[in-house]
Amino acid sequence: MILQALALTLRLAILVSVILMAIGLPLGYWLASSRWRGKFLVEAIVSLPIVLPPTVLGFYVLVAIGPLSPFGRWYHSITGGSLAFTFRGLVLGSVLYSLPFAVQPIAAAFASVDHKLLEASATLGASRWRAFWRIVLPLGFPGVLTGFVLSFAHTLGEFGVVLMIGGNIPGATQTVSILIYDQVQSLNYALANRIALLLLLVCFALLALLYGLRRRSKWVLWGWQ
Amino acid sequence: MLIIGVFVTRAFAGEQLAIAAAADLNYALSELANRFEIASGNKLTLSFGASGNLYSQIQSGAPFDLFFSADEDYPKKLAGAGVADASSLSIYSLGHLVLWLPSSSPFDPQKLQMESLTQPAITRIAIANPQHAPYGRAAMAALEHYGLKDKVSGKLVFGESVSQAAQFVQSGNAQAGLIAMSLAKSPAMELAGRFWVVPSDAYPELKQAAVIVSVSKHKKAAQEFLDFVLSTEGAATLRKYGLTPPAKP
Repeated sequence: MILQALALTLRLAILVSVILMAIGLPLGYWLASSRWRGKFLVEAIVSLPIVLPPTVLGFYVLVAIGPLSPFGRWYHSITGGSLAFTFRGLVLGSVLYSLPFAVQPIAAAFASVDHKLLEASATLGASRWRAFWRIVLPLGFPGVLTGFVLSFAHTLGEFGVVLMIGGNIPGATQTVSILIYDQVQSLNYALANRIALLLLLVCFALLALLYGLRRRSKWVLWGWQ
Repeated sequence: MLIIGVFVTRAFAGEQLAIAAAADLNYALSELANRFEIASGNKLTLSFGASGNLYSQIQSGAPFDLFFSADEDYPKKLAGAGVADASSLSIYSLGHLVLWLPSSSPFDPQKLQMESLTQPAITRIAIANPQHAPYGRAAMAALEHYGLKDKVSGKLVFGESVSQAAQFVQSGNAQAGLIAMSLAKSPAMELAGRFWVVPSDAYPELKQAAVIVSVSKHKKAAQEFLDFVLSTEGAATLRKYGLTPPAKP
């Protein structure tokens, strides 16, 4: 039971952080380099999950993937199924929930890359695409790694959204945090303690690794630092 | 507004009762609480949840005055542990399990009854989590009774409480649900679907009991509200929501 939930949670966290890299790199680059006047609106939207209660997100995700919404019907017409109470549904909810934790460090790191280097590369004839891969990404890599680890850790500890859209199915949507909650409510404190301690140690090890690496280099950990 | 709010709080003379109630009582008890507030001048705050969750909260010292469970076991256990007053323990109603399908469903629960659940078009069946919710346990017992447990176990999704299970099926995310009749008869669900009452021999009786919490400082007011729920007027309201009076001992 514990191993099943742990494996599921790790699978979810890895998948979500990989997807968030695919979204976070272009979005972070755009946020760091765009001069569009409406950019602040996008920044606000990206940061929403930090301040919104998970219930708000969970509620809207549940409605959106339900059979009554256009998205839910579109998904059903393509796959013949529904995202509610499935692992894929959790992935969708978690990507939204952890979005700022990936995008913000990436955008901050990209923004801190010295502009003169980019100008120099442009005068030497490098395309923006080439400049991104050869200059922005290597110099901003600490921020990318921070974004990856934070979105991974944040997804590990997710609770509210999963509670609202998961349906608590062992092997499919029962994550470690849900299992802990269940065990506490059933007064199985010993088991709850074992799982909680495990999660605590995993999260601590991840963050210790991150901050330890940061000490050795001048890494940007948060957008506001 | 704020000034008026402060004024009202000051002028308020009655007592403040904190009540923990099983999720199936969401509508029935709210209605009774409103009437009691007007009649008695006391103020009631209701917290709904799965009986098992409320039980463990009270066990851990949650400051409730009165606990309405969806079964008899949790209040008995609290009384046994000295956390609740054994003398106040009373059964206030019998709960009933129903099979609920949304009105958009092609199946008629009255006709197909439990066989609805084996239809391929029904891919998700919402029930309350049997670990914390008496209605979840009743649903599992009923599935077993009809020999469906293994056939449909892959379709089950578990709500935190019976009201979350109801929400899962009412929102269409699950295509069928085994939920409390008291929720099926609520205004929000009555028009949204149809139900079939699961015969009471299919699951152990849901004798719903209430008990006064030992740490309560408002035991007299709590007893008054409990008496009101047990009164003819209270029973009539409960019955409106499909919560029938318990058989006389």
